[in-house]
Amino acid sequence: MFLINCPYCGERDQSEFSAGGEAHIVRPKQPTELSDNQWAEFLFMRKNIKGVQFERWNHAHGCRKWFNMARDTSNDKIHAVYKMGEKPPIK
Amino acid sequence: MSKNLRTTNNKFIDQTSRISFKFDGNTLYGFKGDTLASALLANNIHLVGRSFKYHRPRGIMACGSEEPNAIVQVGNDPSMTEPNTRATEIELYEGLEASSQNCWPSVNFDVGAVNNFFSPLIPAAFYYKTFMWPANFWKLYEYFIRKSAGLGKSPTEPDKDIYDHRYLHCDVLIVGGGISGIIAAKTAAKNNLNTVLIDDKNILGGTTLFQENECFKINNSYSNKWLKNEIESLKSLKNLTIKTRTSLAAYHSYNYLLARENLNEHLDINEKRDKIRQRLWKIRAKKVIISTGAMERPLIFNNNDRPGIMLSSSIKKYIDYYGVKCGQKISLFTNNDTAYETAISLNNSGVTVNSVIDIRDKTNSLIVNQAEELGIKVHWKSSVVNTNGYKKIKSIEVMKLSDDGTAVVGKKIKEECDCLGISGGWTPRVHLFTQSGGKLKFRNEDNVFIPDQSDLDQISIGSCNGDFELDEVIKNSVNLTNKFLKVNNNDYENLEIISSKEIDKKNIWLLPSDKPLRKTKQFLDFQNDSTANDVKLALREGFKSIEHVKRYTTTGMATDQGKLSNMHALGIIAETAGVKMGELGTTTFRPPYTPLTFGAIVGRNVGEFFDITRKTPMHDWHVENKAEFENVGQWKRAWYYPVNNENMYEAVQRESKAARDSAGILDASTLGKIDIQGTDASEFLNRVYTNAWSKLEIGKCRYGLMLNEDGMVYDDGVTTRLSENHYLMTTTTGGAANVLSKLEDYLQTEWPELDVYLTSVTDHYGTISICGPNSKKILSKVIPDLDLSDKEFPHMSFKNALIDNIKCRVMRISFTGEHSYEINIQSSYAKSAWEKCFEAGKEFNITPYGTETMHLLRAEKGFIIAGQDTDGTMTPIDLQMDWIISKKKYDFIGKRSLYRSDTIRDDRKQLVGLLTDDPKEILEEGAQIVAETNKHPIEMLGHVTSSYFSPNLNKSIALAVVKNGKKLKGQKLYVPMKNKTINVTITETVFLDKENKRLNA
Ligand SMILES: [Zn+2]
Repeated sequence: MFLINCPYCGERDQSEFSAGGEAHIVRPKQPTELSDNQWAEFLFMRKNIKGVQFERWNHAHGCRKWFNMARDTSNDKIHAVYKMGEKPPIK
Repeated sequence: MSKNLRTTNNKFIDQTSRISFKFDGNTLYGFKGDTLASALLANNIHLVGRSFKYHRPRGIMACGSEEPNAIVQVGNDPSMTEPNTRATEIELYEGLEASSQNCWPSVNFDVGAVNNFFSPLIPAAFYYKTFMWPANFWKLYEYFIRKSAGLGKSPTEPDKDIYDHRYLHCDVLIVGGGISGIIAAKTAAKNNLNTVLIDDKNILGGTTLFQENECFKINNSYSNKWLKNEIESLKSLKNLTIKTRTSLAAYHSYNYLLARENLNEHLDINEKRDKIRQRLWKIRAKKVIISTGAMERPLIFNNNDRPGIMLSSSIKKYIDYYGVKCGQKISLFTNNDTAYETAISLNNSGVTVNSVIDIRDKTNSLIVNQAEELGIKVHWKSSVVNTNGYKKIKSIEVMKLSDDGTAVVGKKIKEECDCLGISGGWTPRVHLFTQSGGKLKFRNEDNVFIPDQSDLDQISIGSCNGDFELDEVIKNSVNLTNKFLKVNNNDYENLEIISSKEIDKKNIWLLPSDKPLRKTKQFLDFQNDSTANDVKLALREGFKSIEHVKRYTTTGMATDQGKLSNMHALGIIAETAGVKMGELGTTTFRPPYTPLTFGAIVGRNVGEFFDITRKTPMHDWHVENKAEFENVGQWKRAWYYPVNNENMYEAVQRESKAARDSAGILDASTLGKIDIQGTDASEFLNRVYTNAWSKLEIGKCRYGLMLNEDGMVYDDGVTTRLSENHYLMTTTTGGAANVLSKLEDYLQTEWPELDVYLTSVTDHYGTISICGPNSKKILSKVIPDLDLSDKEFPHMSFKNALIDNIKCRVMRISFTGEHSYEINIQSSYAKSAWEKCFEAGKEFNITPYGTETMHLLRAEKGFIIAGQDTDGTMTPIDLQMDWIISKKKYDFIGKRSLYRSDTIRDDRKQLVGLLTDDPKEILEEGAQIVAETNKHPIEMLGHVTSSYFSPNLNKSIALAVVKNGKKLKGQKLYVPMKNKTINVTITETVFLDKENKRLNA
C-alpha cells in the first residue's frame, strides 16, 4: 500500500485516496466544434504505459482535493506529487 | 508407546508441568513448551495424516511453518474448530484437541489409500483431465473427492473469538529473531532508532539457541551461550519492542507490512476465554531488515515420503530443544555438512546413529571429522534408492553413485532404521523479499536464490541472504546493518569465531534410482502429492513455463505454497529442459506467508460493525409502525407498512390507492442534498445539467438530468434556487456521494475559475413528502401561516416557513404526479414534524407509504428512476426526454456525445411503456422482449425495467427498453417466460393523468 504525500495534508495511507486516471487531459473548450474522432480521442483514449505515468488522485477521505502524481507503474515508485494546474516537475 | 523418547534436556521444556491433550480421540501427555508435533513425537506418533491424492500415510517432517504433512484440525466446537493448522506451530496447551485431516474414516485405515495402488492411473493433472467431463457429473466427483481427500472441516457457526487490528509505526522493523536479527535489533536500538523485532516463535534465538557444538564457538563460548547473553542484553534497550508469537504475513510496497500476533492460543483452554485471540498489526516501517533464516531442503528419491522420514535439522531441533528422540535407530541422508551436526547431537543424547549416507566424495571439514571421531559411520558417494515400511519407515536401501552421479552402481545395502533424516541443503527464506517486489539472483555454487535488487528501503541479512556459516552470518549481518542504518556499532568488532566450513558441495535434484523413473515414487510436493515424474510428464506434454507446470501438476499450490518443493521442481525442470536455473526464474510467492484466519483479516468489523447503517431521523417511527425495511446503499428505507398480515403486494396496493385518493406520507430524507453557493452557481448548474438554469427565478425549483461525458444519463433530481447565489440540489439516494465527487472533480480540475462551493447536507435535513388531493389541507393545518394558493405557492416553487418556530423549507414538487409538498427540516426536528403531519392528516386517512409504493406511483406517471430504468447506456433521447436538452446552451457535460455516430442511431434501445393483453398479468422485471417466438435464435429486442399492477388504473403497467421502441408504438410484442408467452403492446410511457391535472387538484 502506497504512502502518498498529499500536497495539502502530507503523507497519508493509500486507503484515504482514490485514483482518477490519466492526468493532463484537458476538457476541450469547444467540444461542439470537434469531429467524432477528435471527441473520441479526448473521451476514450488513455495511455497504459510501463514506466513513469502522470495520474490524477483525490484525497477522498481527507481534504477532498484533487492533485497530480508521477508514478512509475513498473515499481509503484511515486516520483512527484503536485497541485492541479501545475506543470509536472519531472519529465 | 512405552518407549521413553524424552531425554532429560530441560532447557526449553518444563518437564515439571505436564499437559494433557487429545489427538484423534486419545488422551496423551506432553510438557509446557512443547508443540503439538514434539508432543506427538515424544509419544512415538509419526503418522498424522494421509496424502491428498494417493492417501499415502504421512508423518511429521519439519518443525516450523514449512511443515507439509502434519496439517491438523484443531478443536471440535462448531464455531471455533479450525482446519489446516500445522502441528509444528501449535503450542501445546491444556485441553487441546486435534485430529488428522486427510483421512476417512481414520488415519490408520483409509479408504482412499486404494488410490496408491492405482497410482499409475493418476498422472499429473488427473483431476483436470478426468473430472472435467461429463461436466454434469462434477457434483458426484466432488462429493467423493471432498469426502476422501478431506480438506478439513470449516466451522459451521459464527466465530466466538475476538480479533483485533492495530497500527504500528517504527524506524526499523526486524523480521526474525535469530542470531542476525538480534544483532540488527541491538544495533538499531542502541543508535536511538525506534525498533521493533518480531519473531513467530515464543522465544527469540532461532536455531543458534540450541547449537552447542565444539565446531561453533564465539569468544571461547558455545554459540548458544554467547547468543543467550546477547538476548539478555536486549532487555535494557529502551527503543526496542519485541513481539514474539508474531508472524509476518505480508510485505507490501512502501514498507507496509501485516503481521499476526497470537495472543491467547498458547493458553490453557480455560484461560483463553474473553481474551483477544489474534491481533493483526498494520505496520509502516521506515526501514525493514529481513532476517527470516533458511529452511532445509528434502532430497528427492524413491519413497521419500514415509512417516519417520524427516528433515535432518528438524530431528536436531526435536532432540536439542524439545528433548525428543524422533527414533532410536536413526539414519541420515545428506548432500551437505549440516546432517553431521544432527548426527553429533543424536549421538551425544544416546541415540544410535546407524550411518550417514552422503552423496559427496569423502570430505574433511571440522564437523565431519568430529562425527567420524565419534565413530559415526559414513557411506560416501552413496544414495538412498528406496525405503520400506508402510505406516512407519523400517529400512532403507543404499547404493553407490556412479562417478557422474547420474546412476547408482554396485550392490544394494539394506539398513534397518526407525527414522531417516534427510538434508538437501538450504533454501534462504526469500518469500517476504519477493512479496515486496524484490528481484532475486541465482548463486550457482550452492544452487540458491538470494535477494538482489529492491526498490524499497530494506535489506536481508543472515541465512535468508545466503550466508550459512556462523562466522559469515555474524560478520555480514554486522556490516550490512551498520551500512544500512548509517551507524557504526562496534560491539561485534573483535569477535573470535570458530565455525566449521563446508569444503565440498554437490547437488543432484532428482537422485538416480535402480528402477525406471515411472516405477518410482519420488515426492516433490508432499502436501499436494506431486512427484518428479509428474513434472517430467508435464514437460513432455509441452508445458514450458514454470508457472504453467506449477498449475498443471499443482506442485507448490497447497497451503504451504510449496515451501519445500519449489526448488526441486525448478531444478528438475531446468535439468530436463536444458536451461540454467537462474534463467528459468521462480514462481511468485504471494501473501500470506502462512495462512491467516478470516478472523484476523476482518478484526472487529463483524456483525453490525461490518458496514455503516444509515438511518433517517424518522427511523424509530417506521419501526413502531411495523414498516418492512429495504437497504438502499447504506440506508435503511421504509419499504412498505403492512397492516393486518398483509403481504407486500397487498400493502403496496392499499398504500398506492390511498396516496391518490386522499393523502400519503413518505420519508424522503435519504435523497442526496448538496448545498451550492457562489457567484458562479448558476453557470455551474448550466454546465452540469442538460437544461438551462440561468433564468430560474429565486424561489423556484427545476428538475435536472445529469449526464456523463459520454452522454449517458447519470443522475437526476430537483434543484431549488434559494437565493441569488444559493441553490439546494437533490440527487438520487444511491448516487449522492458519487454526484458530489463528480461535481467536485469538475470544479477543481476543469473549471477552477468558477466561484462555487459544494457542501453535502444530506444528513442535515429530514425530508417529509406529503402527496395526494388532501395534501394542501394537511399542510395548512401544520403551517397555518403559509399561503398555499396556487398563485402564491405554485407547483415547482419553494417557501421558507416555520413549524412551531423551527425554520423549514417547503417545496411544492412531485414525484408521484399528485399535488404534493416536501418539507425539509433540521434532522433533530424531523421526527416530531413528521408526527405532526401524520396527526394533522389522520382525518384524511393519511397513509404512510414506502419505497415500493413510491416506485409504483412514479411508474404510473412514467417518471424514470436513474439506475432502474437506466443502466449507463441510455441517453436522454433514448429515454424520450428530448425536452430536457437545452438547444441554446453552448456546452454541458455530455452534450458533444449526444450526436456521436453511435448515439444518433435510430435503432438504439429506447424507453417505452408496455401493456399486457391480459390486464391482470404482471410482467417480471428483467424479462426479455421479442418480436417472434418461433424463430431460433430469437433476437432480444430489449427488457422490462419496471413493472407493477396499478390499483389506480386497475391494470398491469410496465416500462421497458426496446430497440427502436419510439417508432413501435402500438406494436404487439412477446415476453417469453418459462411456462408461457405473454403478449404485450408498446405504449407511451405515461399511463396516468397525461394532462397533469392532478398536480393542481
Ligand atoms: Zn489532503
